[in-house]
Amino acid sequence: MSDLYREIIIDHYKKPRNFGKLKNPDFHGGEDNLVCGDRVEIFLKLNKQKKVEGVKWQGEGCALSQASASLLSEMLMGKSLAELKKTGNKHILKIVGENLNPSRQKCATLSIEALKKALS
Amino acid sequence: MRCIRYTGCMFSPENIRRDFPILSRQINGKPLVYLDNAATSQKPRIVLKAMDDFQRQHNANVHRGIYTLSEEATELYETARQKVAKFINAKTSEEIIFTRNATESINLVALTWARQNLEKGEEILTTEMEHHSNIVPWQILAKEKGLKLNFLPTIPEKGILDLSKLANLLSSKTKLVCIGHISNLLGTINPIEKIIEQAHKIGAKVLVDGCQAVPHLPVDVQKINADFYAYSGHKMLGPTGIGVLWARKDLLETIEPIIGGGDMIKSVTKQKSIWNDLPWRFEAGTPNIVGVIGLGAAIDYLNQVGMRNVWEHEKKFVEYLLPKLKAIKGIKVFGIPEVSKNRGAIFSFWLEGMHPHDLASLFDEEGLCIRAGHMCAQVMLEAYGKPAAARVSFYLYNTLEEADKFLAAIERAKKVFNL
Repeated sequence: MSDLYREIIIDHYKKPRNFGKLKNPDFHGGEDNLVCGDRVEIFLKLNKQKKVEGVKWQGEGCALSQASASLLSEMLMGKSLAELKKTGNKHILKIVGENLNPSRQKCATLSIEALKKALS
Repeated sequence: MRCIRYTGCMFSPENIRRDFPILSRQINGKPLVYLDNAATSQKPRIVLKAMDDFQRQHNANVHRGIYTLSEEATELYETARQKVAKFINAKTSEEIIFTRNATESINLVALTWARQNLEKGEEILTTEMEHHSNIVPWQILAKEKGLKLNFLPTIPEKGILDLSKLANLLSSKTKLVCIGHISNLLGTINPIEKIIEQAHKIGAKVLVDGCQAVPHLPVDVQKINADFYAYSGHKMLGPTGIGVLWARKDLLETIEPIIGGGDMIKSVTKQKSIWNDLPWRFEAGTPNIVGVIGLGAAIDYLNQVGMRNVWEHEKKFVEYLLPKLKAIKGIKVFGIPEVSKNRGAIFSFWLEGMHPHDLASLFDEEGLCIRAGHMCAQVMLEAYGKPAAARVSFYLYNTLEEADKFLAAIERAKKVFNL
C-alpha cells in the first residue's frame, strides 16, 4: 500500500525486537536527531570469542528510525568486532529502502550513528 | 496585468489556480496538493514575469545612474515600495524598509532601535506563542545588554494568549513588547490592538510579527497602531529573499543605522558620513531589486483578487475542515478547539501512534505537501507535550476538494499503520 512503509517496517515499528537495556554492556552509545526528536540507544555484549551475544536497544521517534534500529539489532547478533565496525548505512538502507530522500535517510540511519557512538 | 486570468468579479480558486504554473505539477504521479503555505507560498505567473521582464528589459542598479535604464530600474523599485506601503496602509513609503525576510526585519529592530534605547535591567516582553524569529533575536540582545526577557504565557487548551497575565508583566521597566499577529503553529489571531494599547500606556514600544497575517487578511498598520511591523514577501506570493520592516517615521528618524555602505549615505569624508534620507538609510548596498519588483507584482495580484476575498476563502477551510479533522479518532488538533472567527486556516495536529514525519512521508507519496516538525515554535509546542507536530496551512489557491484529499490521506495513513 505504501512504497516506504512496507509491512516489514510497520511490523518492526509496532513490535520492536530486542527492545530494552543491557546491564553491564561492553559497548553502549546513543544518538539523537534533534530535528525530529528521534532517539536511539544501543547496548552490546560480546562473548569470549569477541562476538556479539547480547544486543538491546531503546529509543523513541518515527517509524523509520525505530524500525531501522529493530532491524539493525537483529543484524548485529553473532557479529565480530571487526564486522560491527564495518556495519554502515548501506546495510540498513538495503532493507529499509535505498530511495529515501536525504531527510528520511537520517531517520533510517540513526541507529547506525548510535552503533558508531557505542563502538567509539 | 495581462497574465492574470482571474477577473475579480467572482472569487474562484479554480481560476486562480491557473495563474500558478507549479500547481499543475505532479508529485509521485499524483497532482500536487500544496498545503504548506505558512512556510512559503507558490508564485503566480505575473510575479515570475515581472521579475523576468525586469532582468530582460530594465536591469540596472538603482539610485545611481543618469542613464535611462537606471532611471527605469529606480522607478520600478520605488513604485514597488509605494505598493507595499499602500498595501498595509503605511502613512508614507519612507516607512517601508526592505530586508531579506521578516527574521531580518525583527533582527534589524533588535540591532538598532532596541540596542540603542534599552538599558541594563530593562525588560522585553515576548510571548510563548512566538516563532523562533521573535524569540532568539531578543535572547541575543538580552544577553549582550543585560536585559530581562519575559514571556506572556498561553492557555494551551484554548490556543490563546493568557491576557490576564499581561498587566503583571508590563511594568515601567518594559520597553518593548514583541508579538505575533497570527500564530504560525496554531493559526490564532492575537488581540494585538488590545495589547498594543496596554503596552503604550506604560510607554513601551510594540513590534508585531505579521508573517502569517499580511498574506491572508487586510492589514492596516495605522489602525493597529504598532511601532514596528515585520513580514516576508515569499509567504504572500512574492519571491524569497525579500522582507519588509514597517516602522513609524518619527521612530525611524531617531535610529542610527547598523549596516553602512553605499546607498545609505548622502556624503562620505574621511572624518564622517552623512546618512541618507529614510528609508534608504537602512538599505546599505545594492538591494534585492528583482525581489522587490516581484513583491510589487505579488501585491498587484493580491489587490486584484482582493484581500477580503482571500480571507473569506480561507475561513471556509476553518468551517469545513476543523470539525472533520477533530472528529478523526486519534487526532489531536492543537490550539483553538472550536470553529472561530479568531483563527486563520493553519491547523497543527498530532495523530496518536504515528510520528508526524511518517505522516508527511506517506502524504508525499500521495502528492500532498504538509509540514512536520517543530514549526520553529518549540516553546509553544512544548506546552502540548509533543516533540513535533504535523501542520497544514491553506491559501487562496487551495480548494475544499484538496481538503478532502487531505482527510482521505489521513485515513490511508492510519490503514498503513494499522491504527
